Amino acid sequence: MTELATAGEHTGSPTAELSMQQAINRALERVLEEDRSTLVFGEDVGRLGGVFRVTDGLQRRFGEKRVFDTPLAESGIIGLAVGLAMNGWRPIPELQFDGFAYPAVDQIVNQMARMHYRTRGAAPMPITLRLPSFGGIQAPEHHGESLESLFAHVPGLKVAAPSNPADAYRLLVQSVRADDPVVYMEPKARYWERRPVELTESTDPIGVSRVVRPGRHATLVAWGAMVHRCLQVAELAAEDGVDLEVLDLRWLKPIDADGLAESVARTRRAVVVHEAPLTAGLGAEVSSLIQEHAFRDLAAPVQRVTGFDVPYPAGPLEPQYLPTIDRILMAVQRTLEF
Amino acid sequence: MPTHEPAAADGAAVDLGGAPPERLRGLYRDMAVARALDGEAVALQRQGVFPAYVSLHGQEAAQVGSAAALDRELDFAFPTYREMAVALTMGVDMVGYMASHRALWHGGLYDPMASRFGPVNAVVGGPVPHAVGWALGERLRGGRGCAIAYFGDGASSEGDIHEAMNFAGVFGAPVVFFCQNNQWALSVPNEAQVAGGSIAARATGYGMPGATVDGNDAVAVHRAVSGALERARSGGGPSLIEALTYRIGPHSTSDDPGRYRGPEEERYWRGRDPIARLRAALEEAGHADSAFFDETDALARERAARIRDGVSAAPAPDGAEMFTRVYREPTEALRRQQRAWHEEAELS
Repeated sequence: MTELATAGEHTGSPTAELSMQQAINRALERVLEEDRSTLVFGEDVGRLGGVFRVTDGLQRRFGEKRVFDTPLAESGIIGLAVGLAMNGWRPIPELQFDGFAYPAVDQIVNQMARMHYRTRGAAPMPITLRLPSFGGIQAPEHHGESLESLFAHVPGLKVAAPSNPADAYRLLVQSVRADDPVVYMEPKARYWERRPVELTESTDPIGVSRVVRPGRHATLVAWGAMVHRCLQVAELAAEDGVDLEVLDLRWLKPIDADGLAESVARTRRAVVVHEAPLTAGLGAEVSSLIQEHAFRDLAAPVQRVTGFDVPYPAGPLEPQYLPTIDRILMAVQRTLEF
Repeated sequence: MPTHEPAAADGAAVDLGGAPPERLRGLYRDMAVARALDGEAVALQRQGVFPAYVSLHGQEAAQVGSAAALDRELDFAFPTYREMAVALTMGVDMVGYMASHRALWHGGLYDPMASRFGPVNAVVGGPVPHAVGWALGERLRGGRGCAIAYFGDGASSEGDIHEAMNFAGVFGAPVVFFCQNNQWALSVPNEAQVAGGSIAARATGYGMPGATVDGNDAVAVHRAVSGALERARSGGGPSLIEALTYRIGPHSTSDDPGRYRGPEEERYWRGRDPIARLRAALEEAGHADSAFFDETDALARERAARIRDGVSAAPAPDGAEMFTRVYREPTEALRRQQRAWHEEAELS
């Protein structure tokens, strides 16, 4: 890792005011610069710079061999990544929108996730699959989904979901350097949030969560865009004297069971908040981990505030589908009054 | 009147075309070993050693002829699950390969990266895009290697095959798409599987040449694949070769071809047996005599028996491998599960 100490040079100041979309762009720039085996490809990532402009300028800088557009075929894109990885490359494919990951599920689940296992460790699979994810932008059907429990369930995959520009930068650099396949879920609703970003590498190992706001009365567990919403909830609750801790899970596989337990040991109460439907959602896993690792600390059952068991609804209904501030506050109240 | 009129290999005498006799004898030898090992494998399934087996009987020329054209130092083959003779020809550790049929390990117990023969894969379209990725990677680094993707007539209906061919055409990737059209996708005949009647004809739409070849003529297959590899190696991009051949046996040891095809069709193809045809041509050309064939066939039986004994005796992998091969950097949750498994194993 020491050779990366100077990697911030090309980005100028080690701290910059960046949107998440820019921070990811800087992370891609960094990994493309520091490792010639990295390749960025997908639909429209080259000349256009991606539909969210996340890959803006990368093709101009690194050339068409290292940053290139592919035909429109999601399974082909991931299959291409698997073959490239088998030939010693470190692919960073993009699937344009989360709903279009479904056509690639065979390649993700049966191939990318298993090739290392199938070959008894002979075939490396250092692929970082970038997936603009989750809802909140009132997009058309298939352009806003929450697939985290699907991918977190698959052995062989790791799953990251940053919530802010700084983590987006660090987690992506970390994912690309990792020797295992990572599904990197970018909360598209937060792409344009600007924050100061230290362009440094992560000091936390993969799988470590972060308390983004310490509190005493209950822990809100969230990831992606829901972290921001939970912070809003915490601010409102503070006005009523309720001191909420907000834990950003960041890694959805592996999940930081110890971090969850430590937080709950402090607060004795937990509310899990996610965008995906309730049933068999990742909230069930988080809730179960808390009970396994912190049962004696719990003063109330773990609450879940999630999307409903319906497909991501059309734009005008999305604000009612996604966990609202009121629904989260009501769950907090339920757990405090238990 | 048979309901199914198979697309036929032409069945003409094998044209040796001035190929070096040593290479021709090598083709014969590999086909004979593959045939013998295939027979042993079927027997192992009958004895209950293999839970199931997929025979390649009848497809030896397509597999050996194509694989013999590969440069074993440069190229990489992506098989599905019926490419035993390709593995054999490429020098794969055959006990390790056959371990996949004994279900000791999904992808087999050989090293696919070292042997340049990908892991056995039962998603029949799945590995084809990998071949394109591998080939593109080779070109990006300026290497001379080519990828060859093996798939069947049934797999040719899979979306991945079309995505892969289109990618290869667009990128000009050095890859050979090699379809063994053995006439039957399990129980479904060509005309109910392949619209347009030919897989090779699809190549035009992907911007590459497509050709059919008599898949029961090892020399013709070798020639066709050598040409496609040469084209790819010199920057000419991908090609599609459809080898017309026939699976003499069932799809797997679990099905009964008597339910879906007639014996006259099998007789027709038995009359075009790829090994007998090459033998006749070698004898005709004076490249080999009966002593050679007797000796080779005996060696084939002996080698097949050795592999059979090896795979029968192979120990199951250590249970710890179940945990240690999932990730390069295992998760703590998986480590916990492994510790719990280990403690249970010690108690029992």
